[in-house]
Amino acid sequence: MTCRALIIQRLVWFGLALLTFLTLLVLFFIIGYISAKGAPVITPEFLFSLPVRMGKEGGILPTIIVTLYIALLAIVVATPFGVGTAVYLTEYSRESALTRIIRFGADALAGVPSIIFGLFGFILFVIRLKMGWSILAGGLTLAMMVLPTIIRTSEEAIRAIPYQFREVSYSLGGTKSQTVWRVVLPNALPGILTGVILSLGRSVAETAAVIFTAGSTLRLPRTILDPGRTMAVHFYILAREGLSMERAYGTAFLLIIVILLINAFSYLLMFRLTRRLK
Amino acid sequence: MVEKIVARDLKVMVYKKPVLQNINLTVMAQEILAIIGPAHSGKTTFLRSINRLLENQPGFIRSGELLLDNRDVKQWDVDLLRRRVGMIFATPIPLPGTIFDNVAYGPRLKGIRNMHSLAEIVEKSLRAAFLWDEVKDRLFSSALRLSGGQQQRLCIARTLAVEPEVVMMDEPCSGLDPISTAQIEQALQELKANYTFILVTNNVKQAARVSDRTAFFLNGELVEIGPTAQIFTAPKDKRTDDYVSGRIG
Repeated sequence: MTCRALIIQRLVWFGLALLTFLTLLVLFFIIGYISAKGAPVITPEFLFSLPVRMGKEGGILPTIIVTLYIALLAIVVATPFGVGTAVYLTEYSRESALTRIIRFGADALAGVPSIIFGLFGFILFVIRLKMGWSILAGGLTLAMMVLPTIIRTSEEAIRAIPYQFREVSYSLGGTKSQTVWRVVLPNALPGILTGVILSLGRSVAETAAVIFTAGSTLRLPRTILDPGRTMAVHFYILAREGLSMERAYGTAFLLIIVILLINAFSYLLMFRLTRRLK
Repeated sequence: MVEKIVARDLKVMVYKKPVLQNINLTVMAQEILAIIGPAHSGKTTFLRSINRLLENQPGFIRSGELLLDNRDVKQWDVDLLRRRVGMIFATPIPLPGTIFDNVAYGPRLKGIRNMHSLAEIVEKSLRAAFLWDEVKDRLFSSALRLSGGQQQRLCIARTLAVEPEVVMMDEPCSGLDPISTAQIEQALQELKANYTFILVTNNVKQAARVSDRTAFFLNGELVEIGPTAQIFTAPKDKRTDDYVSGRIG
């Protein structure tokens, strides 16, 4: 190798390492800053008691519960639709105008700003379908928002399965639906779960779409027809209204922890699933 | 001898281009019929039109007659047809999962759930494919950890577990070493009493070693079919002679 080439290689290596380092630096700075400000706020009382005086005092228990309700509801609703659409696109249809329209629709949906989903959910679920501000309306709105992610990741996962696996199943007398259930979906599961977990994270973190649809009451919800305030919305209101920056950071810190936990859990799950298949 | 599979004027077109034509041949029950011929001579297409895997690919049109037990394969219920006519692919394709799950796949499709019956079928099939002794202690470990030859015998066991009458093998030894090949050929000899085999092979010597009769395909047409000994020692067609003696192909 010439001296010049060696120098260029070194420079490129250094440049790439620097970029990686800067990216990590920003990430750790954000997490570190929020942890430093938020971690001291986290006490059992903060986690498990009701807010007092609009959240200036007391805990954030209702927002934790509402967040879990809404995010889980969104996933439970969006997953069957998303995976079903992906199966239809990959297994039950040939490339045609229809599949292209569905795919275009999903991509367009993925690009719609979440506040538009919020407004749409407000008009459709809250007003038209008379659900009022509720966990149900919020969850359904989020389900629409994450649907394209689930569709496209599931589709990719299903497409990645070798065609020969399907042929083996057919050659042994398997019907199409048996093949989908026994070969395609189990093997695509890790990929499908990636999309689902990604969507769960986005649902937990979403503010704009839920503030219009689930409301922002701090009461503890009894059913999914009750309104509620998610952690992200709580954080937004605490910070914007200047109610308590300290508690806003506490909420933000908890939000980050929840999302990290979801990611860690999903990696673990994925690891176990792929190991089972190998 | 019973006629198991009969092709009369079988023709297959792919996007209006013929890939198989004027195929007239009969596969007898309990024989091993070898199909030899260079690449793109239509051997695989012939197998795939018997179990109708062709139908999953766009652009295929089949005409002429293709009978299994005197009934056109088109009239068979496709799942039943494929249970009667098993297929082994050129590359071993174990499904991700355990050895047991692979062999039990077909029986489970039929609705057999009982673990005891499944275990019985799995053992019987693995024994028939001469794989039992090598894997009996690790039935529940991954099938992907087996060697290539073992994987192919696993695929044979998986096919046998469905209790087919005809087993089609599409160059089953093309990726295997000579010892694995010998093991599979041995299995073939033992199994032929109970099954009808169609063995597509690129390996002319393999056809000579294991088959009762041999068919020679070239450019989508059947050039010659006859007892293996005759095809290899006194072929009627010059092209067959050239191919089996290694002058073309």
